[in-house]
Amino acid sequence: MLEQVSLDLPATHEAIASLKLGSVVYLNGIVYTAREGVYDRILNGGSQLPEGLIASSNVNFHCSPAAALQDDGKYHIGGVTATASFRFSKYLAKWLDLTNTKIIIGKGGMPAADYKSILAPRGAVYLTTVGYGTGALLGRGVQGVEAVHWLDELGIAQAMWMFRVKDFGPFLVDSDLQGNSLFAQQGELVNKNIESLYNGLKAPALHRYGETRDRKDELM
Amino acid sequence: MISNDVIELASYEIMKQAAIDIPADYLDGIKTVAEKESEQLSGFVIKTMVKNYEAATEDRRPMCADTGLPRYYVKVGDKAQFQGGFTGIERAMRSATARATHDVPLRPNRVHPLWRTEHNNNVGINSPEVEWSFEPHVDWIDITTVHKGGLFGTDYRMLFPGDGIDGIKRFLLDTLISFGKRGLCCQPAIVGIGLGGSKDTCMQLGKQAACLRVVGDRNPDAKIAELELELMDIGNSIGMGAMGFVGSSMVVDLHIEVGHTHTGGMPISVHTFCLSSRRATARINADGSVEFRTDPKWFTPYHRRETISWEGK
Ligand code: SF4
Repeated sequence: MLEQVSLDLPATHEAIASLKLGSVVYLNGIVYTAREGVYDRILNGGSQLPEGLIASSNVNFHCSPAAALQDDGKYHIGGVTATASFRFSKYLAKWLDLTNTKIIIGKGGMPAADYKSILAPRGAVYLTTVGYGTGALLGRGVQGVEAVHWLDELGIAQAMWMFRVKDFGPFLVDSDLQGNSLFAQQGELVNKNIESLYNGLKAPALHRYGETRDRKDELM
Repeated sequence: MISNDVIELASYEIMKQAAIDIPADYLDGIKTVAEKESEQLSGFVIKTMVKNYEAATEDRRPMCADTGLPRYYVKVGDKAQFQGGFTGIERAMRSATARATHDVPLRPNRVHPLWRTEHNNNVGINSPEVEWSFEPHVDWIDITTVHKGGLFGTDYRMLFPGDGIDGIKRFLLDTLISFGKRGLCCQPAIVGIGLGGSKDTCMQLGKQAACLRVVGDRNPDAKIAELELELMDIGNSIGMGAMGFVGSSMVVDLHIEVGHTHTGGMPISVHTFCLSSRRATARINADGSVEFRTDPKWFTPYHRRETISWEGK
């Protein structure tokens, strides 16, 4: 059995420091969503962080919910699924400094080097969603929408949603405060076997760039 | 005479069903894969997915919040009579897509490729795609919707006759390994391979093989059926499981579709349908009654045009 942990938010440094790679995490409190739309707006476009964000949440979820405005003015949140995080690498150092965010949740992790150089030194870790299509389970954990920012400007997928969550998960711990990465460790184990899979298969008649690194090469 | 309203309602209903209810064939397939998985992390991922399907059905919420790219496949019987004409059917599908996006809700995924602007309803330029097929002698219309994850797990390559089966194996390994790392293609998945045709046909055949054939279905050509099973085993012996963790759960089933191709080439495409294998079909009968199912039954003998001159029976 994998270890299971329940974290109250905002997460304390001690709680974050005790997370182990591969543990299963559930969250209680407030998480906010932010991806390139929000990052650009605030880091490059001069917009201010919403008031109270830093005090209420230190968890950034790379997510676009399936949400719709109901007739009573409330939001109906159906499924909640993470989006691939590696694309947001270039924003993260500045973002963590500005918002004091300590947990990033997303799909598929970040390059292992980012954990060592960006997340770990700032006391932050990465949790990955499981599967990744666990939208319904995660949707169950969302109790309500505390606020939504820039919905008109950025649309449903890119807006900043503040969710009040309970037993929100499961997530797997991908990185710890030493900057280790579960994905990288598992990837290395998988890689050991890869060469042998191609044993005995003849090379293709025409190569592609990528199979040669030199673009001056002929591909035949 | 089938009314356009019936077509709209049926299209709306399958949008909902596809988003929420996992098809039984895929669920059974996932459970079989899970039984063989001996690694803890990969096994945990699959168990969580099964819980997720159950939660989706119980709560009537989408199993994955990423809607993928919702689209339609329509098969019209030669004898079907419908009120609004072919463009009426397409109009009905645009309306159904927009309504389902609001009501389920589905995440509006469709944006302009350059301006990133959207209508917040999954409808736009050339979207949703509608692909047409026809069937001799019958008077019904089959409408299938597929919501496939949009970004990862698909690749194309021009191979040559001399590359042979080795070339196919190599390219399958290349594709599964590159998109399987970190589980970007949300494996374990149904894999579709398109072989032959012209380049665009090759892509289309592979996509349809992944999305429109159910787990356990085999190609009618016995040798191709055998190759399907062999390639599936290769995919599952990479040593990679769900989320790219160590394991054996990569491919739930593998389908190959072929088309006669240029004498000098052997184009190949590989497509992975995702953990949320979202497809649903409605059959609209001539009397306006509608029946729902999860097997699209897209690849009929007529659809594959297995004979030189198709005269039907
Ligand atoms: S690829 Fe994964 S995240 Fe994307 S739609 Fe499919 S299950 Fe959801």
